[in-house]
Amino acid sequence: MNVVKPNSYRSGPDERGHFGIFGGRFVAETLMPLILDLEKAYTEAKADPAFQAEMNGYLKNYVGRPSPLYFAERLTEHLGGAKIYLKREELNHTGSHKVNNVLGQIMLARRMGKKRIIAETGAGQHGVATATLCARFGLDCVVYMGAVDVERQQPNVIRMEMLGAKVVPVQSGTRTLKDAMNEALRDWVTNVHDTFYCIGTVAGPHPYPTLVRDFQAIIGNETKAQMQEVEGRLPDSLVACIGGGSNAMGLFHPFLDDSTVEIFGVEAAGHGLTQLHAASIAGGRPGVLHGNRTYLLMDADGQIQDAHSISAGLDYPGIGPEHSWLHEIGRVNYLSATDDEALAAFQLLSKLEGIIPALEPAHAIAKVMELAPKRTKDHLMVVNLSGRGDKDVPQVGDILRGKSK
Amino acid sequence: MTTRIDTRFAELKKAGRSAFVTFLMAGDPDPATSLEIIKALPKSGADVIEIGMPFTDPMADGPSIQAAGLRALKAGMTLKKTLDLVRGFRKDDNTTPIVLMGYYNPIYIYGVDKFLVDAKSAGIDGLIIVDLPPEEDDELCLPAMKAGLNFIRLATPTTDDKRLPAVLANTSGFVYYVSITGITGAAAADSTAVGEAVARIKRHTKLPVCVGFGIRTPETARSIASHANGAVVGTALVDALKNSLDADGHATGKTVNAVAELTAALAQGVKGAQQAAE
Repeated sequence: MNVVKPNSYRSGPDERGHFGIFGGRFVAETLMPLILDLEKAYTEAKADPAFQAEMNGYLKNYVGRPSPLYFAERLTEHLGGAKIYLKREELNHTGSHKVNNVLGQIMLARRMGKKRIIAETGAGQHGVATATLCARFGLDCVVYMGAVDVERQQPNVIRMEMLGAKVVPVQSGTRTLKDAMNEALRDWVTNVHDTFYCIGTVAGPHPYPTLVRDFQAIIGNETKAQMQEVEGRLPDSLVACIGGGSNAMGLFHPFLDDSTVEIFGVEAAGHGLTQLHAASIAGGRPGVLHGNRTYLLMDADGQIQDAHSISAGLDYPGIGPEHSWLHEIGRVNYLSATDDEALAAFQLLSKLEGIIPALEPAHAIAKVMELAPKRTKDHLMVVNLSGRGDKDVPQVGDILRGKSK
Repeated sequence: MTTRIDTRFAELKKAGRSAFVTFLMAGDPDPATSLEIIKALPKSGADVIEIGMPFTDPMADGPSIQAAGLRALKAGMTLKKTLDLVRGFRKDDNTTPIVLMGYYNPIYIYGVDKFLVDAKSAGIDGLIIVDLPPEEDDELCLPAMKAGLNFIRLATPTTDDKRLPAVLANTSGFVYYVSITGITGAAAADSTAVGEAVARIKRHTKLPVCVGFGIRTPETARSIASHANGAVVGTALVDALKNSLDADGHATGKTVNAVAELTAALAQGVKGAQQAAE
């Protein structure tokens, strides 16, 4: 394994889980002992070659890694600028990048002797990945999903149930991802003795943002090696969509110390930044929710505001704490794409490349459509195609038919 | 520094009985009714008053208290108005201890230093902040102690002997023992188990130990109070309040009395208990 030179961008968090002022462990006392246990178990697992070897075996033969780095020739021609590569995370088993993290956490849960797994899910991709690995390892699985998301992501609900998971529709609050996370935390507080909370993104109390990032960093590490192989050098820019930000962090983190690489995260601007949206960095400020300090959408009294995105996976009023830090120190440039821009990108990629993206990475593609034409033809741009669009076909079909009427 | 909390527990110790601690949400169902309710509590037998600070995402609370917070927010409640509520209460009562309970974000956004000054001047005695474990003491606990406010920590069944000293280190006023692993409004704990847990905590601290979560009836209040220095009731009072509202969730002529009557019945239960052995 190559030793990476220590550098400030990649050395976080500190021992208390802080990235600058962000991160931390803002949880109820009931959960605190378990979070400390998890940190200890993760530190030990990381140092155990057998853990890594077992995980690598599943990543190769069960998940299907490495995922290809594909040159999107027609999209490149169409946009007439940068040479665009797609990191094909949508080809993983279960159809998104989520499985990378879930595999790691389920192996940790097994190591800790936990028999019951809970998860929150927005679009259902994390829920499906969790249900899948629980089926594979014979663990009980309960997935909390906002009632609104249960409606708009039916295909994934059915998949989870087929895999043997119990899907609990959450009726509290705005009935989307943040409320699913509240409900998962309530379950965890109640069943702390036998339950492992498998968080789907780089957020939550320390050590979750770190361990999820580490499990997802395989995306960036593979990209680096693959780009070296085909182009003989580093890419010039990276683009990924951000809800909580796990696919983005997985791609970005291995490149943070490569100063020539421009990095773009794309938040969901919903109906537009002056209206309902889910862009925490563009429209929020630092606050404390779900175990960490990070950028949040809230009102003047510190009450959390409703997020909105066409994409259930981005419909969250916060973002992972390391992203907040990378924004504040200026290493990553955070942009946003509206619902309409994402829909246009969804259609463009489908028609030009024969790849139907999930609505989440369609936000990243939308910004590629702006960024790529402004760059020269020798500029290498990598976009993380974090999930496939099968789950969105009914919803997008309805929207497009409605529009064409 | 002696707070109203310290004074009240010293008085109760002298009287040989446990404290009855009530919890209601600030601004539920509206700011004016909420003030009337809180004013009625000491007369009905409440020894210590906990007031919830409404928050959109109360991740340690069950459905009743979640709904109470949303009712209050809908009625326009803010942290500033919660402080005003306490100021209103203090006009007539300068002895009953007031503890604010809730989540950190509204305080963080208000500004910690400004909040502590304003809370102290409003007549608040202590804070219980669910999502601030000892690992985050720099945020609010240490500044609050400096400002002369008690920071009351939650101890839970998962807080083992190894961890208890860290949990108790910067705790003052009293220790709030959460009798179950779970959210507010869940099933009651077994009083024998509670007695053992309280005894375990008392081996580590001289502070009074109050027990909450899952106490709904005068009988349970009595049995828990016999094992602890205080019994906390929240969800049952919030439910009594809710059941008195009209179909639109607005206060009726019965609302204040509904809470006062249940408070009186529960207080009778607590007062019937033998003070826990010291």
